[in-house]
Amino acid sequence: MIQHVKDPVLEVHDLTVSYQRKPVLWDVDLTLPSQALVGIIGPNGAGKSTLIKAIMGLLPLNSGFVELFGKSLEEVRKRVSYVPQRESVDWDFPASALDVAMMGTYGQLGLFRRPGAREKKLAMEALEKVGMQDFAQRQISQLSGGQQQRVFLARALAQDADLYLMDEPFAGVDIATETAIIQLLRQMREAGKTVVVVHHDLQSAQDYFDWVILLNMRLIASGPTDETLTPALLEKTYGGRLTELSRVSELLHKKNFPIRETKPTRK
Amino acid sequence: MNTLWEFLSMSDANVRFVTIGSILLAASSAVVGCFTVLRKRALVGDAVAHAVLPGVCLAFLFTGEKNPLLLLLGSFVTGWLSLVLIDVIRANSRIKEDTAIGLVLSVFFGIGILFLTSIQHSGNENQSGLDKFLFGSAAALVGQDLITFGAVALLLLLSVLLLYKEFKLLSFDPAYARTIGLPVKGLELLLTTLTVLAVVVGIQSVGVVLMSAMLITPAAAARFWTDRLGVMVLLAAAMSSLCGAAGAFVSFTAPAMPTGPWIVMLLSLLAIFSFVLAPKKGILARYLLQRRIRRQMTRENILKTLFHLGEATGEYGHSYSKQQILERRQKPLLQMKNSLHTLRRKGLIKKSREGWALTEAGKKEAQRVVRLHRLWELYLTEYLHVASDHVHEDAETIEHVLTPELEKRLEELLHYPTADPHHTQIPQQP
Repeated sequence: MIQHVKDPVLEVHDLTVSYQRKPVLWDVDLTLPSQALVGIIGPNGAGKSTLIKAIMGLLPLNSGFVELFGKSLEEVRKRVSYVPQRESVDWDFPASALDVAMMGTYGQLGLFRRPGAREKKLAMEALEKVGMQDFAQRQISQLSGGQQQRVFLARALAQDADLYLMDEPFAGVDIATETAIIQLLRQMREAGKTVVVVHHDLQSAQDYFDWVILLNMRLIASGPTDETLTPALLEKTYGGRLTELSRVSELLHKKNFPIRETKPTRK
Repeated sequence: MNTLWEFLSMSDANVRFVTIGSILLAASSAVVGCFTVLRKRALVGDAVAHAVLPGVCLAFLFTGEKNPLLLLLGSFVTGWLSLVLIDVIRANSRIKEDTAIGLVLSVFFGIGILFLTSIQHSGNENQSGLDKFLFGSAAALVGQDLITFGAVALLLLLSVLLLYKEFKLLSFDPAYARTIGLPVKGLELLLTTLTVLAVVVGIQSVGVVLMSAMLITPAAAARFWTDRLGVMVLLAAAMSSLCGAAGAFVSFTAPAMPTGPWIVMLLSLLAIFSFVLAPKKGILARYLLQRRIRRQMTRENILKTLFHLGEATGEYGHSYSKQQILERRQKPLLQMKNSLHTLRRKGLIKKSREGWALTEAGKKEAQRVVRLHRLWELYLTEYLHVASDHVHEDAETIEHVLTPELEKRLEELLHYPTADPHHTQIPQQP
């Protein structure tokens, strides 16, 4: 069940991505509607994070292309914001919550220019939206896991983008934070933004998202939640691991084969 | 003393130059070093420092003179080459990064020593002083050398000043930096180049063997004093400058003495000093905090004991001897004595001829601790299903940590209980 939309916010076309010379995503083809809360769901090692990293241009593509708002990433970078996994950075870094939120304004600022009063205000507003204004001056290692996640969200909010890609924003956060975050994401959707979230909890997926992408090394489904979160499709996502697919990946890796014979081209 | 005065007065132009030069070099390597440390590339800095030696020697071998620009160029080339090699080895073999760094460092340094030895035996008079690159000599920093190296150091400081926010983000979260469109590859290249340059200009005064300490030590020491990157960079620069100036002084008073070991030794002392004395993060501060907590626990335990003794009779104002308290609490007598006196000073207990008794305020405080203890016991049995004979030990510690907010939350969860799992009464909040 792969449903496509007209004038998509995001189009992923025939995307194959490998990690350390091992393909982890095979020929993914999908489009996403605007003003939606989208969940990417699948088991561990399904390539969920890989998909959004590939969309953000953080991983080289073996085939296919990605278009955002009908353009390449380079052209619309300022309209797209990425929230990495919380564990991807060292939180012992000498910076305050405000410092990190302020990093969201660096893209707009451009090289050499220093953040000033305007940027500070933007960062403070972003911290307020995630309820972290009282912790602005706190060193980031002294924050709890949920608070650190909120700071990462604030940094993305300070970018003021139209499309947000978030890698496991609900991982390791307390219930209060999870509720606060989902409320915020809903507000963002009402404001016309599209939010794509890597998620691992099937239970909450049903009422969090209005569009779901089911992934397990290949795309299993992409469509409105009630049409995708069906027992049959979930069985396909979680039950049947395609051992042949993993074995071919393994083979390509071991024999040092190129994943594709030609480099990817756009359209 | 006279020499110190002569040095400090800076009346000698030569001294002035050497000192200013040393400070500049030390500061620039410390500033760049902060980012090296934060990006967890400290070992790479060490490899570069050792890898510049063959470059220095080669530049001399080709030209037969000690032109600072050419020496700088030579060391820059081999320094860079070592970094490229580390990357190539890591990317194209099964060798991990730490091993690659170790390999490259020793091979380059070995070749450098080989060249240096052969130059020393070549009979070229110009070569005298080339061995200073091993352990450094600040006094050699005069004339053309000073101008060249000083200019590079200034360039380094300027680059960091201009690209401070980019380097900050790059060190914290390079993946995110790429997604907002920063030229991460270019910036990384630049930062690596700056590291190589910092090493190259620093070897004049410190020498290749100990140069990496100039990058790493100030940053590590400064990190203890602050949680702000800006302050950390400034502090590192200040500490390093101080040691640089001291190195210049040593070099001035004892020209035969290599300056590198002196500077690095002073820096290490500063680092150890920071490690021990820094507020909050230093060992001493952490030890004092631990002690304060232990003492508070002892005091609360004494109050609790007096409360328990009173609970049996319902007579809380009764006095008990030290011996009676000790029977219920195994504590060293001396520690107990100190705690009793502190408690009396705080007005929580009073002393009479028969011994020690709780005051009204003391009873309240004791009640609070006992309450927390029993609440926690109840929580453990109700929510964690811990057997009731196992909860006491646990609660003995937790009673000292629980905050008023947690206390309130526990009460709500347990529906304002009146008895603990052992059916003893939970004292109510006054």
